[in-house]
Amino acid sequence: MSGPSDYQPSNPALQWIERRLPIFGLIHSSFVAYPTPRNLNYWWTFGAILSFMLGLQILTGVILAMHYTPNADLAFKSVELIVRDVNYGWLLRNMHAVGASMFFVAVYVHMFRGLYYGSFKEPREVLWILGVIIYLLMMATGFMGYVLPWGQMSFWGATVITNLFSAIPYVGESIVTLLWGGYSVGNPTLNRFFSLHYLLPFVIAGVVVLHVWALHVAGQNNPDGVEPKSEKDTVPFTPHATIKDMFGVACFMLLYAWFIFYMPNYLGDADNYIPANPGVTPPHIVPEWYYLPFYAILRSIPNKLAGVIAMFGAIIILCFLPWLDSARTRSSKYRPLAKQFFWIFVVVCILLGYLGAQPPEGIYVVAGRVLTVCYFAYFLIVLPLLARIEKPRPVPNSISDAVLVKTGSRSTPMVSTAIVLALAGSLFASSIDSAKASEGSDTPPANKWSFSGPFGKFDRGALQRGLKVYKEVCASCHGLSYIAFRNLAEPGGPGYSVAQAAAFASEYKVKEGPNDAGDMFERAGRPADYFPSPFPNEQAARAANGGAAPPDLSLITKARSYKRGFPWFIFDFFTQYQEQGPDYVAAVLQGFEDKVPEGVTIPEGSYYNKYFPGHAIKMPKPLSDGQVTYDDGSPTTVAQYSKDVTTFLMWTAEPHMEARKRLGFQVFVFLIIFAGLMYFTKKKVWAASH
Amino acid sequence: MNPDASTIAAGAPIEVDLSPIAVGQDIKVFWRGKPIYISHRTKKQIDEARAVNVASLPDPQSDEARVKSGHEQWLVVIGICTHLGCIPIAHEGSYDGFFCPCHGSQYDSSGRIRQGPAPANLPVPPYQFVSDTKIQIG
Ligand code: FES
Repeated sequence: MSGPSDYQPSNPALQWIERRLPIFGLIHSSFVAYPTPRNLNYWWTFGAILSFMLGLQILTGVILAMHYTPNADLAFKSVELIVRDVNYGWLLRNMHAVGASMFFVAVYVHMFRGLYYGSFKEPREVLWILGVIIYLLMMATGFMGYVLPWGQMSFWGATVITNLFSAIPYVGESIVTLLWGGYSVGNPTLNRFFSLHYLLPFVIAGVVVLHVWALHVAGQNNPDGVEPKSEKDTVPFTPHATIKDMFGVACFMLLYAWFIFYMPNYLGDADNYIPANPGVTPPHIVPEWYYLPFYAILRSIPNKLAGVIAMFGAIIILCFLPWLDSARTRSSKYRPLAKQFFWIFVVVCILLGYLGAQPPEGIYVVAGRVLTVCYFAYFLIVLPLLARIEKPRPVPNSISDAVLVKTGSRSTPMVSTAIVLALAGSLFASSIDSAKASEGSDTPPANKWSFSGPFGKFDRGALQRGLKVYKEVCASCHGLSYIAFRNLAEPGGPGYSVAQAAAFASEYKVKEGPNDAGDMFERAGRPADYFPSPFPNEQAARAANGGAAPPDLSLITKARSYKRGFPWFIFDFFTQYQEQGPDYVAAVLQGFEDKVPEGVTIPEGSYYNKYFPGHAIKMPKPLSDGQVTYDDGSPTTVAQYSKDVTTFLMWTAEPHMEARKRLGFQVFVFLIIFAGLMYFTKKKVWAASH
Repeated sequence: MNPDASTIAAGAPIEVDLSPIAVGQDIKVFWRGKPIYISHRTKKQIDEARAVNVASLPDPQSDEARVKSGHEQWLVVIGICTHLGCIPIAHEGSYDGFFCPCHGSQYDSSGRIRQGPAPANLPVPPYQFVSDTKIQIG
């Protein structure tokens, strides 16, 4: 894309095409001979990582769309069926869902890199603005994609976000009706979001082409911010940049795979494993993490319209960055003050993200307001002011000069480090504060689970015992509607044989029909049947249980969680702790106490439970010692029952967990070897250029 | 992309029988996919709603204007927070009315906004009394 190429293919067939459509010349000049500055660091590999992620998201998305049903009554179930029944469906789904998060991780790094090295400055303004457009499109796509599984967070996130438009004076309400295709978020909304979610990635791909085109016209910026002047300043794109990008992608894949195989739900919200219910708002609505800073800005302004304007303004302001920061020196490397403020700005963004996930009360609101002011002040006051008053250090004459003096002095960013530490400290203090404030319900004690950790496996004995407890106790009120009898014989499950599963199924009566006479009839269960639900519908379940419908248990261990808080959620990333759900379920089963502590009032028809939020639970104490007999000599105590049935329910929530962890290990071995090879190849290729 | 004909048709008026709702209780019905709270207010709730100085409210509206005269005990409002559309919880918050769990808006026993980011009162849907114990919404 940078001027006519003199590339001539040697193969006559290719020559024939080349004369009619110079596509090989285009590719050659853009991705092979293209001169790339020789001082680029690894932050520059994120462009390639992003293209890779876009391709992967489109690929996995297209396959997922083949199995997904965009209908309000079926969407949630179809996603579960993808995960349970489609070959490697769990992998596709994890890749796509985690991929969205990783896409945003990469785009944020890419944007901060542009900010730090002044990549938006003349002559790259259009390149930058195209980037902001891609970012906006990504946000829209990500939001609509999050709606598709049609869980509680999908539904209420959609409600809150679409309602943002109702803040627009006069036309707001009609715009919202137009978005919904109805009078509230519902089936038409889901359908149009699905359609747009399929369309927008291709629009993104189109804008990415423009983005790359603009990049190849203006040339890449580089860490020193001086334009390449001579041959000595650049190296050809292939093999230098190609191999370096491949190494970057491989490293990024390691992080990606960590989430896909070991913590697929770390970035999601437990509430999204509860099917959407238009009648109940979850107590605490949080958008996906990548919107949190903007959500915090929205909430910190007490006026609706002003809040919405501030939120969109926070993104739109990026478009004006090239003119707000008019300093001549591009790279913050040579701008001592800008460098400090840059890091402060990064911390402000991260803290805003943290606040966006907190309940909007007390200290959080105040902090949110302060940080919102800081966010805008960075763009509107700090940057324009710095451009006037800052005295930048001298920039090197050329890139090759810069590479030669690389060993020069490095000033330590003292001030910003201190600020970061102080802020982290205050965050820590405030989280302790809030931990004290939320003493309402006790934190469930952590258990040792056989299925935790990277090599975790289900304890077969526990699964079989848990099934027995479910069948004899829980099943009288709770359904298990995503589990079929055939699942009991599948690998990674309770380890029954096919014959045993069939025998188990035949003990159940299943309603079928209508027959030729038009009547419904009962027959014995078959392996393909699903566990029958104890109540014909939700209303019946509600009526029989004093107004509270017993939830279906198939997903319960993934749909329940408790707040880990700072700093635990950071440690969890490394320890792979993700057993909040099982810990909570096991704790609730054992948390019944006859003696209600003072100060807690339990309404008529409810029971006191130590771990249930609010303490008043409608379910009477389900388990007591000796209630279920075990044939394998395990103790018949409530503690053992709870542990077994929770293990069983963890399996029902994720039948392919063992396959996930096993494949994860193989992928990790492969990726580490691949990244190593790429690294040494890269060293070799670059040996002459450093 | 506006609502199609069947969606509009499904939005036709509905009738609700009020006789089973005891004093101090409320029910939630769905109309056009929106939850509608019908609450049978207590004497205390009515008095509280009428005692406030209307001019001091963020969205000034008298309680008389929000209920049908002769049926003061019945409050019928659309249970969608005017901030960003969550469903407020009845009988919560410090005004004997509704509390929105999403961003903390509080509505009083007349469904009027008293505190929090919501800009307007809970809207009253179009309805009339067909008889003393039956209303038609829509
Ligand atoms: S939606 Fe009710 S306060 Fe925001």
